[in-house]
Amino acid sequence: MSTQAERELSTRQAIIEAIAQEFRRDPATVYIGEDVGPAEGVFKQTEGLHAEFGDNRVIDTPISEAGMFGMTVGAAMSGMRPIVEIMFGDFLTLVMDQLVNHAAKIHYLSGGGFRVPMVMRTGIGVGGVLGSTHSQTFYSWAANVPGLKVVAPSTPADAKGLMTSAIRDDNPVLYFEDRMTYNYKGSVPEGEHLVELGRADVKREGTDVTLIAFSRMVHIALKAAEKLEAEGISAEVVDPRTIAPLDKEGLIDSVLKTGRAVVIDGGHELYGVTGEVAATVSEGAFDYLDAPVLRLGAPHNPVPCSKTLEKFMVPTPEQIVAKVMSMYG
Amino acid sequence: MISQQQALSIFRNMLLMRRFEEAVIGLWATVDTESYRHVYIGQEAVGATIMALLREDDLLVTTHRNHGHIVGRGADPGRALAEILGRVDGYNRGRGGSSSICARDFGFLATTGVVGGGVGLGTGGAFAQKVKGAGGVSVAFFGDGGLEEGIAFESMNMAALFGLPVLYVCENNSVGVTTGRANNEWSSSSMAAATLGDIPRSLCIETEVVDGADVEAVWSAASGLLERMRRDPGPAFVEMRTHRWPGSRSFDPKLVTGTTDLRAIWDQDAVQGDHADWIDEHDPIVLYGRKLLESGRADKAMFRSIDEQVTDRIDTARSFALASAELEPDSGLTGTFA
Repeated sequence: MSTQAERELSTRQAIIEAIAQEFRRDPATVYIGEDVGPAEGVFKQTEGLHAEFGDNRVIDTPISEAGMFGMTVGAAMSGMRPIVEIMFGDFLTLVMDQLVNHAAKIHYLSGGGFRVPMVMRTGIGVGGVLGSTHSQTFYSWAANVPGLKVVAPSTPADAKGLMTSAIRDDNPVLYFEDRMTYNYKGSVPEGEHLVELGRADVKREGTDVTLIAFSRMVHIALKAAEKLEAEGISAEVVDPRTIAPLDKEGLIDSVLKTGRAVVIDGGHELYGVTGEVAATVSEGAFDYLDAPVLRLGAPHNPVPCSKTLEKFMVPTPEQIVAKVMSMYG
Repeated sequence: MISQQQALSIFRNMLLMRRFEEAVIGLWATVDTESYRHVYIGQEAVGATIMALLREDDLLVTTHRNHGHIVGRGADPGRALAEILGRVDGYNRGRGGSSSICARDFGFLATTGVVGGGVGLGTGGAFAQKVKGAGGVSVAFFGDGGLEEGIAFESMNMAALFGLPVLYVCENNSVGVTTGRANNEWSSSSMAAATLGDIPRSLCIETEVVDGADVEAVWSAASGLLERMRRDPGPAFVEMRTHRWPGSRSFDPKLVTGTTDLRAIWDQDAVQGDHADWIDEHDPIVLYGRKLLESGRADKAMFRSIDEQVTDRIDTARSFALASAELEPDSGLTGTFA
């Protein structure tokens, strides 16, 4: 793909760079959200955007998630290419009607008459003791709705490439970023960089077991893979990168090779994305499986607002290793 | 002032809306069809007058009670009926149905079955109009019930803060509804505010209350607000008050007032039936017809001629819709993504 110059950037910087580059390229782009302008976002996730693009392109709204989301959808249908930021992924609860009953369905219900080229950007993930209403990961909800694309990057380069593709996509794309990855650094192409939506990426090659992990869990799976190496088990780590559309073939191909899989997610395990992926690879690689596909996600209780207690809500490398070892019982 | 030509055109459009709804109700009785529908009878003065004031580049959102807006804006009644019947020639390939007819080429962003759900979209349309800067506006139609939803308040607040050219048209068709659900009437307005306009007014939005059965009153209020908005973007709110049509039923409207008889304009004996009071005092078509007659702008022959033309047009539309093919069962499986 790109052979351009690269340099180290944090995930946070990489996402901002993608947005800024698209804003320079396409005057129909605007950024809508709370405290995203001169304040540059509560996590500095819009740093520099207002300074460069001004009040007309980077718009601070009242604390009105449903209203701003609806306004974004309407603007997208009327020729704009907006990004709306929902400060915390938990506030998906506040935009559900506009998201599910409108943004997702307008193209279909209009018989193809309308497109809704918009991105919703939102933060997810446990960490920082933000409590039960500011730590949740709800992308499984969105992925269950036909008409929405759902993206969850794990590395700075993917974060940039997926954001660029999300902005250029003619459908509503929900871009979930784990706040705890904001300061992770990695090599990122300087110029235009696109990562196709719906393409998984092998983050580490292996032969004995496939660890399919989403968002920040990719890094936890990579740590688990190192520990497994010490046990003589070669783990492959695959990052789907987009939850919808899901790169079924990419995931199944890896499991056909290894014969074992664990699916790891930071969201709740029950009724979550891990179940969907486990079913997908079980159906696609059944004859090649040496063990049932296992899942690992957050326990089924709210995220407590406590440094001690919230740790138990995040899957660990040790838990992954234990799951893998159980397949060799 | 409404010119002679505009006056007749508004009357014609009101009658088109009425005959369209009569056709919808008639089709339900005779064609094997399911689903549900909401009709616009009794509110025609609002829709027809606003449509007469809009430009081609204006945007609109409307509600489950959209038929009048859609055909009043110039959409083909045949394709609209086909959509309601779920046929291939419908505006949305039969996927939207009665509550979500969306005629994009006529500036409709959305027609939503979710109460209040379009208010945000209409505000977004106004956002794009402001960016475009060509004087285009966005008109958001919603009912009095829509104002009870939080998104209406949020959207109006942002429109006021950002100076967006959006006309919020709250069609309050609850006037005259006193006894509510106990009497099998559908009450809607349940606001603690003394008047609906208190809500936008608290956000410093220019607000008017208008008799929605009176074409001249609607014209007078809306033309001023729209003109100002095209020059100087910023929202406005109009409460259009109409007396609930007695045939209104959420799932199954009945033509209890009979097929509209234009003789009621000039002949009191033609005002008949159990709901003669509503026809005499609140039917906007009869009321405007009388005004045109009294002021000498129209006579019986002109009304008869307009009715013949409109009725012909609806007959053609009905035949077109009925001749349109049923949907292929698997045709709904494509087109989720752009």
